[in-house]
Order: sequence, then C-alpha cells, then structure tokens
Amino acid sequence: MAAHLSYGRVNLNILREVARKDLREFLDKCAGSKAIVWDEYLTGPFGLIAQYSLLKEHEVEKMFTLKSGRVPPADVKNIIFFVRPRLELMDIIAENVFSEDKLQSSRDFHILFVPRRSVLCEQRLKEQGVLASFINIDEYILDLIPYDGDLLSMEYESAFRECYLENDQTSLYHTAKGLINLQALYGTIPQIYGKGECARHVANMMLRMKREFAGSQNQILPVFDTLLLLDRNVDLLTPLATQLTYEGLIDEIYGITNGYVKLPPEKFAQKKQGEASKDLPTEPKKLQLNSAEELYAEIRDKNFNAVGAALSKKAKIISAAFEGRHNAKTVGEIKQFVSQLPHMQAARSSLANHTSIAELIKDITSMCHLASEAFFDNLTVEQEFMTGVETDKVNPYIEDCIAQKDPLIKILRLVCMQSVCNNGLKQKVFDYYKREILQTYGYEHILTLNNLEKASLLKPQTSSRNNYPTIRKTLKLWLEDANEQNPNDISYVYSGYAPLSVRLTQVLARPGWRSIEEVLKMLPGPHFEERQQLPAGLHKKRQQGENRTTLVFFLGGVTYAEIAALRFLSQMEDSGMEYIIATTKLLNGTTWIKSLMDRPESQIS
Amino acid sequence: MAFITANWNPLGEAFYRKSELYEMCWNLRDGLRDCLVSAAPYGGPIALLREPHKRSPSSRPQLEIYSASGVGIASFPWKSGPVVHLGWTVSDELLCIQEDGSVLIYDLFGSFKRHFSMGQEVVQSQVLEAKVFHSPYGTGVAIVTGSSRFTLATNIDDLKLRRLPEVPGLQGKPSCWVVLNQERQTKVLLSNGPEIYILDSTSCTAVCPPGLGPQAGSIVHMSVSFRYKYLALFTDSGHLWTGPSHLQDKMSEVDTKKSTPPKQMVWCRRPKSQQPSVVLMWDRLLMVAGVCNDTIQFPTEDQCVLVGELDGVRIISSANQELLQEVPLVCQDIFKIASMAPGALLLEAHREYEKSSQKADEYLREIKEQSMLGEAVRQCVEAAGHEYNTDTQKSLMRAASFGKCFLTDFSPDLFVSTCRELRVLNAVRESSVGLPLTHTQFKQMTLQVLIDRLVYRQFYPLAIEICRYLKIPDYQGVSRVLKHWASCKVQQKDLSDEAIARTVCLKVGDSPGVSYSHIAAKAYECGRTELAIKLLDFEARSGEQVPLLLKMKRSQLALSKAVESGDTDLVYTVVTYLKNEMNRGDFFMTLRNQPVALSLYRQFCKLQEQETLKDLYNQDDDHQELGNYYVTASYREKRLENRLSLLQSAVDEYNKAKNEFSAKATEEEMRLLRFQRKLDDEKGAGLLELSLQATMEALLALGLHKQAEQLYRDFRVPDKRYWWLKLKSLAEKEEWEELEKFSKSKKSPIGYLAFVDVCMKSNNTYEAKKYVSKVTPEQRVKAHLAISDLEGAADAATERRNESEMAAVLSRCSTSDRLLIDRLNRARACAVKK
Repeated sequence: MAAHLSYGRVNLNILREVARKDLREFLDKCAGSKAIVWDEYLTGPFGLIAQYSLLKEHEVEKMFTLKSGRVPPADVKNIIFFVRPRLELMDIIAENVFSEDKLQSSRDFHILFVPRRSVLCEQRLKEQGVLASFINIDEYILDLIPYDGDLLSMEYESAFRECYLENDQTSLYHTAKGLINLQALYGTIPQIYGKGECARHVANMMLRMKREFAGSQNQILPVFDTLLLLDRNVDLLTPLATQLTYEGLIDEIYGITNGYVKLPPEKFAQKKQGEASKDLPTEPKKLQLNSAEELYAEIRDKNFNAVGAALSKKAKIISAAFEGRHNAKTVGEIKQFVSQLPHMQAARSSLANHTSIAELIKDITSMCHLASEAFFDNLTVEQEFMTGVETDKVNPYIEDCIAQKDPLIKILRLVCMQSVCNNGLKQKVFDYYKREILQTYGYEHILTLNNLEKASLLKPQTSSRNNYPTIRKTLKLWLEDANEQNPNDISYVYSGYAPLSVRLTQVLARPGWRSIEEVLKMLPGPHFEERQQLPAGLHKKRQQGENRTTLVFFLGGVTYAEIAALRFLSQMEDSGMEYIIATTKLLNGTTWIKSLMDRPESQIS
Repeated sequence: MAFITANWNPLGEAFYRKSELYEMCWNLRDGLRDCLVSAAPYGGPIALLREPHKRSPSSRPQLEIYSASGVGIASFPWKSGPVVHLGWTVSDELLCIQEDGSVLIYDLFGSFKRHFSMGQEVVQSQVLEAKVFHSPYGTGVAIVTGSSRFTLATNIDDLKLRRLPEVPGLQGKPSCWVVLNQERQTKVLLSNGPEIYILDSTSCTAVCPPGLGPQAGSIVHMSVSFRYKYLALFTDSGHLWTGPSHLQDKMSEVDTKKSTPPKQMVWCRRPKSQQPSVVLMWDRLLMVAGVCNDTIQFPTEDQCVLVGELDGVRIISSANQELLQEVPLVCQDIFKIASMAPGALLLEAHREYEKSSQKADEYLREIKEQSMLGEAVRQCVEAAGHEYNTDTQKSLMRAASFGKCFLTDFSPDLFVSTCRELRVLNAVRESSVGLPLTHTQFKQMTLQVLIDRLVYRQFYPLAIEICRYLKIPDYQGVSRVLKHWASCKVQQKDLSDEAIARTVCLKVGDSPGVSYSHIAAKAYECGRTELAIKLLDFEARSGEQVPLLLKMKRSQLALSKAVESGDTDLVYTVVTYLKNEMNRGDFFMTLRNQPVALSLYRQFCKLQEQETLKDLYNQDDDHQELGNYYVTASYREKRLENRLSLLQSAVDEYNKAKNEFSAKATEEEMRLLRFQRKLDDEKGAGLLELSLQATMEALLALGLHKQAEQLYRDFRVPDKRYWWLKLKSLAEKEEWEELEKFSKSKKSPIGYLAFVDVCMKSNNTYEAKKYVSKVTPEQRVKAHLAISDLEGAADAATERRNESEMAAVLSRCSTSDRLLIDRLNRARACAVKK
C-alpha cells in the first residue's frame, strides 16, 4: 500500500507502520463492534495512515461525522470519538452522549484524542458531567505524518496563524514532540541549525525534552546528519509567488488536500466506444498524487513548460512497449509480455490522466490563449516585484484587478508580495491599497488587513532603507533566463525566482551560513546552531562519496515548489546532500492567506 | 579440595549436601524458643517476635528484624494486639497478622507503613491461624477464623477479600491446611481428621489422595512445594505421602516410623531435580525423605527454622545457617569420585598443568579425542555457578579458562557472564550484606529485583557499584538507586532543607530518569514544603513540576513552569485553576506577567468568553485590539443602531490607538451604512451589506446615477475605479450612446483599450472599433487584435518595429493568412537585424 514511503533515502514507512500499530492497538482495546465518530478535520490526515480496510478488520462497522445532536443509530457495541483536543468539540461530544442516554441503549463510549490528550478538554467533559461515561480516554500521537517518500507533514493548518497572530505555540510543542519521536526511531540528529523565533523555540524545547528523557532513548545510528528549522516568516515571499512546477500549478489551480486533488471531470470521460459515452461524469474526478505513481514522480517537480515534452516522450515509450507484442513470437515471449501488461496498462492510464491534467492547466496558463492572459499578466507583475521594479508605487495592474473585482485573495497575494519586496510600502501607497480593498470588497476586511499587518505580510515602511535588493543580490534570488527544460539552478521552479528558504538551505550545506551573516541579520529572528551529543560508538563512519542527509523543517508551511527545489538539490550530482522535508502543513499563497483572514458574518436581517 | 564430597549424602540416585552459609551475627539469649519467626525466601530478612503471647503492659513482646546473616536491622516493643502470624511480602515488607484480623505492614526498618483488615466479622471470631503466600499476583494472606471460615486476599496491594465457603463438619481450626495456587486460582487444601477438602471460591470438595490407604490414618501435617507443584502429607501413623498437588497421582509413600507430627515439613527440590525430597524436622532430628523411599537423618542440637527455597532448604538455628540442597547434576559429574566426565577431566588437567606436569596434556588429549572440550568448559562454568565456596569457584573457572584456550570458536558469553554474576553474588552473600542467594535463585529473581532488594536495605553504594559493574543502562540502574536514596534522604529530620537539597543535587545531578518531582513529592509528603520547592527547581521536566506546585498552592510558580514546558495544555490547566482560585484582579495581574499564558487565555476567551476578552484588552490599554473587538462585535448585532454604536466605539478606540486609518475607515463604514439604510428606506434598493463598490454598481444598475456620483465624490473614489465601474455598467446595459458620451467627457484615466475590451465582451465590434484609434501606441496592437483586425495589428506592430508584438500577431494568424505571415516575417527579420 505504502511502498513508495520506503523508497527514499530514509525509510519513512517505519513511521507509518508505528502509527498503524498504535491505531490497531487502540481499536482492539475497545472489544467488539464499533462505530467511529470523526472530527471531520482528521479524516484527511488519517487517510494517509490507514484506509477503511484496516478499520474494518478491527470491527469498525460505521463511520459518522461529529455533529451536534445524537449519534445516528447503529447496532454496535462501541462508539469511538476521534477528535482534536478542542473545547468546542467537547461540547458537541457531551451533547452526543446526553442524547444517547435518553435512548436507553448500552453502547460504550471512548475518546481518542489526536495528537494529544488534553487536561483542559477532560476538565470540560467533567464539567459537562459526561467524563465518567467514557471507558477509554486515550491519545493517538500523530505528529509527523508520512506524506511521501521524502516528505512529512503535520497537517496542522492553523500553525502559522497561531504562531504569528495569536502567540499560541501549541503547534511548536507538537513539532518538538514529533521531532523527539522521530529521533527515537531514526536516531539523534547530531546537528541542529535554525533561523527564526519559532525555530529557536522548537530547538530549545527539543533540547530540553532530550535532556528530560536522556538515557531512556534507544541507541540507534543516526539516519539524519542535520536538522534545519526554518520559520515561515523568514521567507514570506516565496509562498506568495505563483508556483510554476507541475505539482505546484495543480495545487495553485485545483488545490491538493491530504494528497488528493479534485479535478473537473469533463476531460476524464471514459472514451469507450458506443453506448455509455453520452453521459458525462458530473462528479469531480478525485486523484491521489504521490510518488507511488512512477510517471507523476518523474514530472511533478518539472517546470510546467517542460512537462509537455516529458509526457510525449513517455507516450512514445509506452506505445513502443505495446508494440512489443508483435515481436513476441514464442510462447515464452508472449507469456512475458502478458505478465508485463498490468504494469503497462497502469502506465498508460497514468499517462492519460496526466495528459488531461496538463491540458487543463495549459488552458489556463498558456500565453497564446485568451483566457490565460490574466494568468500571464499576474505572473509578469509578480516577477516585476521580485526583481524590484517599481515596488514603491501603486501598481496599475493591481488597481485594475481591484476595479475588475478580481478575487480578494489574488489582490491580497499581490499587495503582500509588493510589500514584502519593498520591505514595507510607503505610507501613502499602503493606505491607498487598504482603502481600495475596503471600499471594493467591504469594510469587514479591516480585520484581515490588521492580521496581515501583524504577520508582517503587509506593512508600512518604517525605515527608509529597503534591504530586499541586497538580500536578492547576495542570495541570487533572481536569475534571468532560468532554464526550464534542463534546469541548473533551483530558480526554475518559479521560472527565475529562487525561493529564499531553499537558497538558505543550499548555502547552509555549502559554503555555510558564515558567508551570509549580513543577510541573515536582515531576516527576522535569530539564527543558531546546536549540537546534540551522540552516545559513544554511534558516530557515523561515512563512506567516501556518501551523501549527508538533512531534515528541513518548515515551521508554518511549505509550498510544493519549494519541495521541488529541495528535491532538485538532492539530485544534483555534486551537492553531496539529500533532503527530507517536514512541515506543519503544505500550503500555497491562496490557502495561506485564507488561513489569515477573519470574516465576521453579518447578522443584520 | 579433595573433601568437597565430604558433606555429600546419597539419597537414591542423587546426593544431598548441607553447607554452612553463615555463622549468625545475632546473639539470641534464649535461642529461637518461644518465638514467632518468619524468614523470607530468596535469602530474605528474618523477623522474630519474642513471647508473642505475653500481654502485660510492663513487658511487651519485642519485635526484631534481622538480615539473613543475623545482622540486626530493627528492634522495637510490640504495642499492638496479639500477633498470630508474621510474613514477608515480595517487596520486603513485614506483615503482622493480628488476632483481630487486622494486618499491619512495616518496612524493613520497622517503620509502620499502613494496615488493612481481613474483614469486620473477624474481630468477633478471631484469627486462629494465618498464612502468607506468594503468587504471580503478588503477596497474599489467608486466615482461618474461630468460626472455622477461611478468608483470602490474593494481593494485598489490591485488596479484595474473598470469604471461602463453609467446610462441612469443621469445628475450630482444621488439623492442617495449605494454600495452593493452581490454574491461576487460589485454593485452600485442608484436612479435618480423616477427610481432606479443597476449598475454592465457590465450593468445598472432598478429595482423596490416590494410594493413601485407610490404614495410613488421618493427616496431621501437609506441605506444598515452592511453586505449588507437589504436595506432601504426613499422617498420624507416621506415613509420608507425596504426589503432585492436583492429587491425581502418587509419587511415593514412606514410613518414617515417627509417631509425632514433625514441627516443620518443607519440600526440598530444585528445577530439574533428580530426586525431590521432603525435609521434616522434629525436636532433635532432621530427616530428608526422598521419593525413592530412602532417607537421610541429621541430628540437630538446637531449635531450628526451615525456609523453603526454589532450590533447597535453609536451616536457621540460633548459631548458624545452613543450606540443604540436592547436589546439582553437573557438580556431581565433576566431583564424584573417579568421575570420567569431561568437566572432571578438565579440572584434573588444569590441576596438573599448575603443577607443571605433562599429565595435563594427557587429560586434555583424552577430552579432545572425544571432542568434548566444549562440553568440559561448559560443565566447569556451570558448576562454578552452583558452588558457594569462592576457592572452588575459582578453581573451576580457571579450569574453564584453561580449556577455552584450546577451543577456536567457543562463545565466551557464558564464561564472562558467569564470572560477573559470581562476583556480584559473592558480594551480596557477604555477612555484612546478608543475601545468601544461589545462582539459580538469582537467575529467577532477576538483577532488577536484586537491586531493588539492596535498595530496600539501603545498601546504596553497593547497588550503584553493581549497576556500573554490570553496565546496566543508567535509566534502569544507577538512576533507580539514586531515586530511592534521595526519597529516603529527604526524610532525614536532623538535616536542614538547604543541606538536603544540596546533597541530593550533588549526588543525583542530572542522572537520566531521576525525577526530582518524585523526590519533591516525597518531601512534601513528609511536610517539608520548602524542601520540596527547592528540589523541584532541579527538575528538568517543567511539566512534571506543575501538579505538585499546584498541590502546594504555589500557583504563580506553577504557571511559569507550565509556560516553560511549552506544553500549552498544561498552561491552560494552570490558568483555569488560577481562574477559579483567585479574584479577577489578581488573576489578570498574574497573567499580565506571563505573556504566553495571557495570549493563550485570550484565545480561550475568543472562543468561549467574549466579554472577558474585552476586559483583558482594557486592562492592557490595548486600544487597537479593542477596536478590532468592537468591529467583530458589531457584526453580531441584529439592529443597525446597535451596530453603529459599536462601530463608534471602535472608532474611539482606533483613535486612542493612533490608528488614523482604521478610525477613518470605520467612520466611512458607518457613513455608508447610514446612506444605504436611507436609500433602502426611500427606494427599496436593497443596498445594506453591499460594499461601497457594489453599492455604486447597484445604484448605476438602478439608474440612480446622481446618487452613485455622490458616493463617488463623498468617498473620494479614485477616478480609475469609478471609470471602470461606469464603463462596465453602461456596456452591460448596452447604452452605447451614453458610453460614447462618457468616453468624451474627459481624458480616460484608464485608457481606451478598456473601452475596446468592454465592447467586445458584448460582441459589439462596431462600437469597439470607435475606440481603437484612441488607444495609446503601446496598446494599439492589442486593441487591433481584440477586434480581430489582424491587418491593423500587423501594421501597428510593424510600425513600432516591436518583435514580440509581431510574434503575438503571428500566433493569431491561421494558415490562410499567408500574405500577412510573410509580411510579418519579413518585418520581423528586419527588426531583429537592427
């Protein structure tokens, strides 16, 4: 099922297996048939750990979504609530339990808190008078979920908002705990680097937790050489830019959630001859996207402009393989051909899917299409900002977009980007944009604007000096003529812009951060280095030419394009470094800005 | 050496030996007479209660506790009621079972721990006899009362009393009884005259041991083996019956020719015993009766106590202590006179080698010819483990080491581990420590338990030494010892808090796995709060400190520790606790000093208590957040007036926060709302809730141009946006004439391409064409393309000599536009050249 998790440099399937084992053990604790009541938010992340079949094997017969009222009738012995530790959910659970009692049935209740038990929540259940109704109250430690062979995500959507707007560091605590658990499975990581306030906080907690549990951890040869903790707010620019890799664009346009994407169905109509072809599917087409699919693994990180060529090359290979049947003469040869058929058919359907997706994207992005002009214009402005063209003036394109009432998030992305690239906007420009937004989209957005200001995404210029150009030049964030087909630098993922976060990672590996002290000081938050003592005898004896492994942890989210850039660095022959990526959540500019918005609903009737 | 077999006595096929463990260190004036004695197995401590029946307050009975070697540990007068039975738990605690059914628990050092009762009815009927027994569930107690009823508690740490059913015809106590543990069930086997019964929790069943003839008489004594596998019954005719404890077989029946029942009767066997036997003790005689019907008899001088062990019987007298056991097979093989076993030959070879005699080689060769050298080494190592005498151990180990030299791939593990274990065992057997453990017992009890036992006896340095010597991970070894030590240390009343804290910190340091909060909790239990707080300071796990700090009412400290831990749930816990404990003012002040806690509490309030949120912001004079608060609140209002008044509050707060922009914007919002309400009332326009832009749009759509115009001016809407708005609105309504008029009203701030686009959106090429000529040169190509005028576009592009524009035009050309393509290509080539 999850073989792709074990193909990478680090076998992340171990993590998944541990998670599955824990789940099974909990389910078996509640003997007899069961129904699970889900906190809806959790179903996605759990999908990455276990399919319904696993639950079924352990007598889970029904699944419901947690909502107020009563748990739907089901002839089961146990009702298990799978929830995040949130007070509002506790109230709903209490209501569920109360309405159940009225029915006089004798179903057993259990709670599984994900990722951790909470005294506060149990207190609330006690106040509501239902705590004693639960036979088992347990926690399911699900911090880092294996997302792909080189990717871990906590799927903690609100992490950035909580850290930077609400000063709530719960997500960082879970991060530190997750990293400690990771070290228990993969050995102590000898070196920790970091940049940013949150990174510092996580590192401190990790080191403290390590001390607390010193001696109890098992002796494992370290798999990771280095851990790099990066605050999202060190690089606010990158997620705002439109990602231009294949996977990045799928995410920008259709949105990938928990590894799945939903696509308009028209392009995926079954092309069968005859009867059933007339009715088009109306349900969106749902596809799982990960490296288990060979073709996808090949093209996901390519610049979209290089995807077409890759697809047609693949098409040739596949049809050549099918042609092979004419060469099969002997029974043995035919048998061999037939044995390869399933694989070839899978490859063919995968190719068909991705050709369709690529067509969909092309309709939106390609330059020679009328509808795509907007996409292109938007990109041009983004690139102007990133190269520092007229970032201190009101941008006419943004003005036009507001006048056209383009989606607010698009406007916010652009305005924030301009602000970040100018190290804050001139007060006049700043106020002008805000007024335009409030007058066009409604005054309620004043709260959102305040939030963006708090997160430093949109701010007035305080010092006269704009240090973005210095950062851009020192870190070579902009490369003209990025080679999209055969890239030689990470800047290909944004067709010219090299993501700041990834550049920092690259420089850390070689020549080291000391070479960019000045720039690091311009970026927010402290940068630091810590070493963790390894027990004697666990120091790695490195084979010559053996790559080092770095775990890069993005606190507050990471984009698919950044991941692509890191994968590119891993594959570069002379880099000597392989990267595993971990994050609180996979995001793009749109989902990110959305998470920072506040929208009070008006009650006036 | 030669006399090693001197104390061997044959019994059937096997040999039994009795070897001295200790000369007892105690000095008992009256020996063991008139004493209630209990000695724990596995070389455990000995408890003595002198003259238990003496009751005059002037001379109370004395309770004494000794180590197995007779070193005094504690001694105190017994002030409670009459004691029926003494026994030891698995964790070296002394159980004193009183007549009234209460059981008092003391630790090794004689300090009282707790007590429990075997049932209320026992107070009346009184305990006649009691037994302490061990099972996988822990230590249990069984009693029989004056009303002839049995009560059981299987595990005294999880007390559940079970009253067993009545035994038919039983008056007073039975003639004898034992507790059995079979198939995870605890049962009582008892005899009443000629009858034998098995009592379990539900029934009382009469049983009959197979092969025990009626002539044998009634059973007066019984004994069950160490692991409840075998049973021995002694009849009033002097017959000893033995068999498995399930009573379905018989092993043997021996006529002891003794008419009096023995004082004590204990099974003496070892795992894989060749010849299990029962040891019976009379006043001046000790008899070992084997299953083979043979017996060995030892005369005894003194009063003795027998302690059954896993692999033998310890015999404690007032002068010394001996171990009686079956000689292990491997020792027999090696030491039996004229033995030709490989181990024996190797031992001999080594002896000759030390004498520099060539005979050594002969012996070795003999072993090697049979390829038995590995076996020989193994035998020597194993035998060394069973020997108590260090010289014998040494000579056996040396022989093994010698033999090992001639082997190429022999795993050294057994040799090394036996060496280490023997050193540890020799150390704990020392009379001053007094744990006479055999190797077999040690293996059974495990190292963990041995260390625990050393710790119970407060042999901390030795325990640590052993942990280090055996390289046990700190977490399970040294740390555990230190934890015990520290918990004990904090109870020393004669030392100051300061001194204890310092000593503890010095010794414990940051040993992994030692929980300072655990130690602190101990100190708090003893009423030393200050010490507890000092100790908590050393706790690395901030989270661990919190519950205890709250318990000690150090809530401020608890809060800062919770914050330090990073565990937000913990912070919430303390915050809710504080909220209930403190008055509001103090609570807010406390939070104010803890920004992390404050922001978490704000989050909580945002979701649960909006009103409190306002108070919090007020306290901090956070006008910006108050402004936001009022804005948010305004949206919850159902009536416009209320909403406006909340917005006014927001304006005030924003002003105080010197946030001019937000204040103005909110004022604008209020103005817009009023305007919308007015128009809704006047014209039913349905404007409320629309944004300014949408309002103007709606007004234009309704033809209310004047009002739209008014908003445009009042709200200082930028020209550009307003032009777009008007342009789109006119085009939508297809008011082309108005549009043209509008285009001429003044110079368009948004250029004229917008006009072209808007017309084309309505597919009105005719109107669109009107504006193409007005478009700026830069946009002219686009404009021509928009109306699909390729020729015009081509002309414009050529004129501007702009290559990318030409390319754009080219990309729109179809194959039929051959001429145009050629022209453009030529122009392009020309442009590139330049």
